Amino acid sequence: MSAALINHTVLDLAASQLRDVNAQLQDAGAGHFRIDNPQGAHALACGLKHDIEVEIAGHTGYFCAGMNQNARITVKGNAGQGVAENMMSGEVRIAGDVSQSAAATAHGGLLVIDGNAAARCGISLKGADIVVKGNVGHMSMFMAQAGRLVVLGDAGDALGDSLYEARIYVRGAVKSLGSDCVEKPLEAEHKEELRALLDRAGCQDVQVDAFRRYGSARQLYHFNADNLAVY
Amino acid sequence: MCGIVGLYLKNQALSPELGRLFAPMLIEMSDRGPDSAGIAVYHQPAETGRYKITVFHPDPDFAWQALTAALGDGVSAQPNDTHWVFEVGSDYQAKIAQIEAFDPEIMVMSSGRVMEIYKETGLPSTVIDRFGITSMGGSHIVGHTRMATESAVTTAGSHPFSTGPDLCLVHNGSLSNHNRLRERLARHEGLQFRTENDTEVAAAYITYRLNNGRSLHGALEDSLSDLDGFYTFVAGTETGFAVLRDPIACKPAVLAETDDYVAFGSEYRALVSLPGIQHAKVWEPEPAIVYSWGEAA
Repeated sequence: MSAALINHTVLDLAASQLRDVNAQLQDAGAGHFRIDNPQGAHALACGLKHDIEVEIAGHTGYFCAGMNQNARITVKGNAGQGVAENMMSGEVRIAGDVSQSAAATAHGGLLVIDGNAAARCGISLKGADIVVKGNVGHMSMFMAQAGRLVVLGDAGDALGDSLYEARIYVRGAVKSLGSDCVEKPLEAEHKEELRALLDRAGCQDVQVDAFRRYGSARQLYHFNADNLAVY
Repeated sequence: MCGIVGLYLKNQALSPELGRLFAPMLIEMSDRGPDSAGIAVYHQPAETGRYKITVFHPDPDFAWQALTAALGDGVSAQPNDTHWVFEVGSDYQAKIAQIEAFDPEIMVMSSGRVMEIYKETGLPSTVIDRFGITSMGGSHIVGHTRMATESAVTTAGSHPFSTGPDLCLVHNGSLSNHNRLRERLARHEGLQFRTENDTEVAAAYITYRLNNGRSLHGALEDSLSDLDGFYTFVAGTETGFAVLRDPIACKPAVLAETDDYVAFGSEYRALVSLPGIQHAKVWEPEPAIVYSWGEAA
């Protein structure tokens, strides 16, 4: 038996209360946990603080893995609204699709989505990294302040609207850019950080040259009456 | 808030199980809408040339027998708690007028060959039990759990809404141009309204498009340009089932499809009791895209 499997705990949400399962995960200092029968439950594996590994065997509801610190959480299914919202550190990986507002306001850590993300992915992002292997919906990275979004597929309308200093890399088509979001050159330093993000997301085969970079034109930082129409 | 669920059977062998499969879906959405609940069920088609009219009266002592007698020969009546289903001949529109004129508190919930609408205030589980939904079979069924935000908690204000034969609409969200549209549909298209509810206007709009020869799919596509506000719609016709979210996708929606059924839920947890859901195709319907099945397409 490998060392990783020694401290292995299975928690069954068909037999246990959500609060009890979350409390057990929050209290654990180490180990590997599998959550069976998530059945779309909301706020699952939220507020974890320690470097534990959590595997969720199915689809989850709203706010899964919210406020995560240090833990490595994998969802073997889809996740509902606000997955990894306000994440501080650690890793969250989703095998399926996610609903809107993924990683909203997340300060740190990495969110990897194997499928698609719906609208407002990375809204108000404050420093976390997001890699989406499919497409992202409209208004993604709205008012994102720091952090990075990598999209292997396409992006919907109004990408990066009112963006601050977050960086966006998209390989596919961008339906439209939001106010104050512009395409910028993909320099060596950007290729380097994109390479590192793709490698962390398990996308070693994906070439960085196929991406375009988007960032803030920095015209809306301070209110100017002349800009009223674009706010 | 509000919760919506819908179940459309692709495999008619499951037809006797429709209500049993549906009840836990609606009940799971109780905390999205504990005020009232409503169900549109497509079952027990009337014979060709005959129509079902589902009628509600709030008074448990209402003179249903007198109403039945007044409707005359060739009319059968099936009581179900506060709702009665009358089966009438091809003059169903005249019969609806007669029913509505019979008592000021009476309300026609639906008409059509196949569909019946039941709605009441109270917890969804109570509403399911009152009308015996669990034991109903059928081809498709749509339900709504309501958390009222803009109008009173009443049976009349509950969803689903119907404005045409076998058409039902449930709605999570709110419309912002319904007053003007209601006026236009009433004045120029001759549609009748029974409530001040915005969803009834959306249902009437769909009826207006259907009357103009559009499919349910096409009618919902048209609504993208004429309805303003935020909405997730689930609509049913005699043989069709369709879903539409507004272009901003304000309100949640999850679809699941297997060889046996198409299921809709405001949240995935509403679908977890369905057979084979673990292996179903599960996805979030995209904004401003109409999804339809059956003759709706």
